Amino acid sequence: MSDQILMKGNEALGEAAIIAGCRFYFGYPITPQNEVPAYMARRLPDVGGTFLQAESEIAAINMVYGASAAGARVMTSSSSPGISLKQEGLSYIAGAELPCVVVNIMRGGPGLGNIAGSQGDYFQSTRGGGNGDYRQLVLTPATVQEMADLTVLAFDLADKYRVTVLILGDGYLGQISEALTLPKPTGKVFDKPWALTGAKGRKPNKVASLRLVPESSLEELNLVLDEKYKSISANECRSESYLTDDADYLLVAYGTSSRICREAVNELREEGIKVGLFRLITAWPFPAEALRKAADKTKKILTVEMSLGQMIEDVQLSVKDSDKVDFYGRSGGMLPETDEIKRRIKAYGN
Amino acid sequence: MHERMIIAGFGGQGVIMAGKLLCIAAMNENKYVSHIPSYGAEMRGGTANCSVVISDKEIGSPTVPKPTIAVVMNTPSLTKFEPMVKPGGLLIYNSSLIDQKPKRTDITVVDVKANDISEAEGSTRAANMAAIGKVLALKPEIASLESVIKALDVAISARNRKHNDINIKVLKAAFAQK
Repeated sequence: MSDQILMKGNEALGEAAIIAGCRFYFGYPITPQNEVPAYMARRLPDVGGTFLQAESEIAAINMVYGASAAGARVMTSSSSPGISLKQEGLSYIAGAELPCVVVNIMRGGPGLGNIAGSQGDYFQSTRGGGNGDYRQLVLTPATVQEMADLTVLAFDLADKYRVTVLILGDGYLGQISEALTLPKPTGKVFDKPWALTGAKGRKPNKVASLRLVPESSLEELNLVLDEKYKSISANECRSESYLTDDADYLLVAYGTSSRICREAVNELREEGIKVGLFRLITAWPFPAEALRKAADKTKKILTVEMSLGQMIEDVQLSVKDSDKVDFYGRSGGMLPETDEIKRRIKAYGN
Repeated sequence: MHERMIIAGFGGQGVIMAGKLLCIAAMNENKYVSHIPSYGAEMRGGTANCSVVISDKEIGSPTVPKPTIAVVMNTPSLTKFEPMVKPGGLLIYNSSLIDQKPKRTDITVVDVKANDISEAEGSTRAANMAAIGKVLALKPEIASLESVIKALDVAISARNRKHNDINIKVLKAAFAQK
C-alpha cells in the first residue's frame, strides 16, 4: 500500500495536529512525549505556525488559554506529572469555555514515577484533575493510526463544544512506529464569535472564569456547562466491540492494553473459546450503553488495565451485574501479558 | 509468519535504523510491523536496542521480552540478550567485535563479521547493513532483499542518502555469504 508510511506515534500525532489546522503549540519537555514538541518545533514554522517552549507546564497551559481565547487552534502535550501541573489551567479553560487539545502520553506514577508507558491517569483524566464542576472529552487511541485520526477528530470536537479534548495515550503508543496513512483535514469550519479578535466595530467579548455572584452568575455557567456535557454524553460516546456478539467472556480495555487483549481474543478464538473485546475510544463520555449491550449475555468480564484498577469502576457502574466484573492489571510501566489473560479466561470455565 | 526481534548494539551502530529499515520493507510487502526503541533507564549500561515485530497478523504488544530473533552487534548486547532468546530462536552476533562465543545450544547461533564486511565494501559505518543482509538470508519471509534496498530511500535521511550505494553493496555481500 503505497500511501502508507512508517511513523512514530508521537510524530503521527504532531503531523495530524498540523493537518487539523493547529498553528500554535506550547509545551515543556518530558519523556516519553518529547517527539511531539520536537516535531512541532520542526514543522510549525513551515506552515506559518508558532512553536514555543514555555518555562514550565503551568506557563504552557496558560499560553494555550490565551491562544484559544484569541480563536486559534492550539495544542499542548505532556506526560503524567506534567499533566498534573496543568490541572489548574485546565479548570480555568473549562470555566472560560475555551476549546483546546491536550495530549497526555502517560508514564508510570505516582510522583515522578518512571518513563515507561502506563495507564495510571484514568481517574485524573475522566474525573477532572482540576477543581470545580467540569468535564473534558477523553479520546483513547490504541494504534499509531488512531493517534493521528483521533487528533484530527479532537480539534473538531473541541471547537464544536468549546471544551478541552484530552488525547490519552501512553509511553508505548508514543514511542511505537507503525504503518500510517495520513488523515485528511475534515474541512469543518467553526465560527468563534466569542473570540478575542479585537473589538473594533463590535461590543467587546469577555473570556473569564471568575464569576463572583453565585445565584445569577456561577450557577448559571455551571448549568450551561452541564447541558453541554449532557449533549456530549448523548452524542460522542465511541467504542469498538470486537467479536462480542456470541461471546461468553468479555475483555474490556483501552489503548495499549486493548491491543494485548485483542491478541488474546484472537488466540483464544483459535482454541474455540468464545471471547470478545470491548474497547473504549472515549473514556469520557464512557460508552456505558454499548458496553452494557456487549456484556449482557457474557458470563464473566475481565477488565485489563496498565494500572491497578481505575477504569474498572466505570465498567462496574455500566453493566447490570457488577459481580461478574473481574480485574487484571500491571503497573509501574509493566504490560499485561497475553498468556496471563488467556490463563484467566480459561480458569473461568463454564 | 510472526517474528519478534531485538536488534542491539552500542549507540551509533545504527541498530534503531536497522529495525526501521526492516519495518518499512515488510510494511511495503503488506505485513504488519511495529518498532519501538529502548529509551531511558533500560538504555543505560552499554546497549541501545529496538524491539521489532513483523507479522502476518495484527500486532498486540510491541515489546519483545522473548525474541524469536536477536541481532547483537557488541559484547554487552550479547550478554544481555542471549539468555532471552526464545528456545528454537535465532541469534545473530557480530563476530567482528564480539570475541566470545554464545553458549546456548537450544537456539540457532550464526555469526556475521559485520564490521569486516562493511569495511571490505569501503565504509566503516555500514555494519548494521551487514547484519540486516544476514537476517534476510536466514529469514527471507521477513522481507525480500529488493524491498529492503527500496526502503533505503525512505529510511535513510536525505543527508546520508549518498551512502546508499555502499549500503546496498554491504547488504548484498552479507546476504550472499554462506
